[in-house]
Amino acid sequence: MPSLGADMEAGTLVEWLIKPGDEVHRGDVVAVVETQKGAIEIESFETGIVSELLANIGQTVPVGEELARFGTEDPVASAPAPEPLEAPAVVAKPHKATPQAPPIPTTDTRASPAARLAAQERGIDLSTIDGSGPDGAVVLADVEAQAQTTPTAPPTKGGLSEMRKAVAAAMVRSKREIPHFSVSHNIDTQHLSEWLSARNADRPPSERVLLGAAIVKATALALRSVKALNGHFAEDAFILSDEINIGVAIALRGGGLVAPALHQTDTMTLDEVMADMRDLVTRARAGRLRGSEMTRGTLTVSSLGEKGAEAMTGVIFPPQVALLAVGAPQIRPWVSGDTVVPREVTRFTLSADHRVCDGRQGSKFLTTLEDILSKPEEL
Amino acid sequence: MTEQEIRDLFLNEINKVAPDIDPSDVSDDDHLQDDLELDSMDILSLVTALDARLGISIPEADYPQIETLTKAVRYLAGKLAG
Repeated sequence: MPSLGADMEAGTLVEWLIKPGDEVHRGDVVAVVETQKGAIEIESFETGIVSELLANIGQTVPVGEELARFGTEDPVASAPAPEPLEAPAVVAKPHKATPQAPPIPTTDTRASPAARLAAQERGIDLSTIDGSGPDGAVVLADVEAQAQTTPTAPPTKGGLSEMRKAVAAAMVRSKREIPHFSVSHNIDTQHLSEWLSARNADRPPSERVLLGAAIVKATALALRSVKALNGHFAEDAFILSDEINIGVAIALRGGGLVAPALHQTDTMTLDEVMADMRDLVTRARAGRLRGSEMTRGTLTVSSLGEKGAEAMTGVIFPPQVALLAVGAPQIRPWVSGDTVVPREVTRFTLSADHRVCDGRQGSKFLTTLEDILSKPEEL
Repeated sequence: MTEQEIRDLFLNEINKVAPDIDPSDVSDDDHLQDDLELDSMDILSLVTALDARLGISIPEADYPQIETLTKAVRYLAGKLAG
């Protein structure tokens, strides 16, 4: 069971996508695991033939425990997939038995993360619900409608959803362990917005690029110049990352926040960044994010969007060491030459870990970002 | 296409973008961003879907004209008639 978040201790197996005898390659999606942050697709770390599945559907497995084994020979015919949880759960030796979870109310039903959590909290079997979402996916409204006729489980202790608990745990740990400092900079983004508008004008909606994608790409390029912000802090040491994988904070409708990352963002074209961000948002809301996307981020961008408040100071996602918060663009007085003119201005606030860097690097990062954003044609 | 059909189609696409929004709960003057809390990515997904369904590529400058159900039905009906 891989760790899919800073404070994840265990995950509940929702679905196996492999069986003994299957050939699996490194990176293939092999299972779906329910975490506090919703359903996540788990990828294989190895290539080989599946010889044995060790976890049952519905079983909660601690991080680090084996989920399956690979062999070099044909799978043993007598090693079938574990029975569903209705039967007594048996974990193959020497695999240590783990606490049994209550039956998770779904197997392979397509459902949004909010629907899965709501169903789990209320003890509703998702497979009994006719989904009204895309491709028949069960959505929160379907679960709530079903709940009207289904006895409900006791309310979550303290009134916090599992998602909110996960966010709270990660943020408390971050604020407790990371000596945050922040550096802010106002950047004239009017030229960038005008350039994007002109670029999008001749394109169908499916090919348009949002301001957020341009900022994500520019952030990745700026990180090339300030490597001290790009990596993970673990076991009292900072590990620089060879890759620049920008995490994108995505607010989930129904509550919660996830930050899957774009792989090697600095090497992607602007159109590729936009396409992958659309894909991430779609899959985040459908509960189909992958484990690697949840763990490979090396710096996260969190944006207030194109309308709203001017500034935000974010909390770093451990084990990352920096987070860039982007305020909504505002029209502000701006000195240009000898005159003051109204311009679109966006405030960028970098939160960083003082164990690994200081204000000088934060300042360099933001001024580099400003320079890159002033030349959007080069993105 | 009647205005009722356009209305139903628009609400259906909103529901696809944001499945937690029940079409029956959307008021004529609910603002897509301020009231229904669609973000810029949601709006782009909605516009992309409308382009695919109706063949109408809504330019960014016209987004304010679809910011409520009432405005959107009027705008799309005009485009289809034109």
